Amino acid sequence: MNGLVEVINLTKFYEKRKMALDHMNLTIPRGKIIGLLGPNGSGKTTLIKLMNGLLEATEGEILINGRRPGPETKNQISYLPERTYFQNSMQVNELISFFSDFYKDFRPERARQMLANLNISENARLKTLSKGTKEKVQLIMVMSREAQLYVLDEPIAGVDPAARDYILRTIITNYNENATVLLSTHLISDIEKVLDEVIFIRNGRVVLQDTVENIREYKGKSVDAYFREVFAC
Amino acid sequence: MAWNLNSDRPIYAQILEVMQLRIISGRYHPGEKIPSVRDLAAEAGVNPNTMQKALSELERNGLVVTQRTSGRMVTEDMEMIRKIRNKLAEEQVSEFIDKMKELGFSKKEVLELLEKMGGENA
Repeated sequence: MNGLVEVINLTKFYEKRKMALDHMNLTIPRGKIIGLLGPNGSGKTTLIKLMNGLLEATEGEILINGRRPGPETKNQISYLPERTYFQNSMQVNELISFFSDFYKDFRPERARQMLANLNISENARLKTLSKGTKEKVQLIMVMSREAQLYVLDEPIAGVDPAARDYILRTIITNYNENATVLLSTHLISDIEKVLDEVIFIRNGRVVLQDTVENIREYKGKSVDAYFREVFAC
Repeated sequence: MAWNLNSDRPIYAQILEVMQLRIISGRYHPGEKIPSVRDLAAEAGVNPNTMQKALSELERNGLVVTQRTSGRMVTEDMEMIRKIRNKLAEEQVSEFIDKMKELGFSKKEVLELLEKMGGENA
């Protein structure tokens, strides 16, 4: 059976000089929580943007459920970008209706429940919220869709450890069994217990794809420790 | 019996240990329904597939039984619970004895020490 995402010989040059992805091949299975890990500049965000149709590949292709990125695949992917794109003047409840209009699979009651759990007022304007709270709101919106693929680019970087735990629990309890969560992060030790698999990338190529349990069992160390070894400077 | 999962061993094995401990210590009673995979995964902060794997192993060794309609329950076989309890106790004791040997204690000295400390704590 094919994976949910197939990356085939994918290459991306920026301005003909800088090669961000180098003939990358990768299969992302269904029903897993997967960490996309790599040092700065390894190509994580480029891969994620290609998946979401925000960039054009120089060579090769990327298929989501057998299709190239387009309107149909965008309906199947819930994407949390690295940077927030919300209007600062918006209120949280406006954001909820905005998402309800945009996405058929958005579940407003789920979003409201999570906002309440994190004590975030629906009447708050985004510009009055701290950076971390804004990130929480954004992640809540993204996780309140019933997508097949959640692509989260650095979802926990700006939030405190307690909220991080809440967010990870949210991911565990909210995604459905056939959906896949792909998340990129540097905070491996915080997140590795939640992951099925990790993909290590470097210089636009996959250097390893394996389960967290295999790495712990056969390398005798955490994914975090193994990452530090593989990518030692 | 919190989920103090350490970072360098397989998570699955550690979950199994915590669940066994919860059963033999009586936190989950014989015949009691245990929480769902998803709830336990959220509580432990672990991947649901890993939790699933650990619960399947508990089923295989008999501590947990699956009812077709009502989910997973702790076994009511007290003999089985006692057996596993003893096995875990033996493992703890032999680990302890190994450590005492490293400290240069003979078996006799270990027993004397236990006797003495047991008396003080009683």
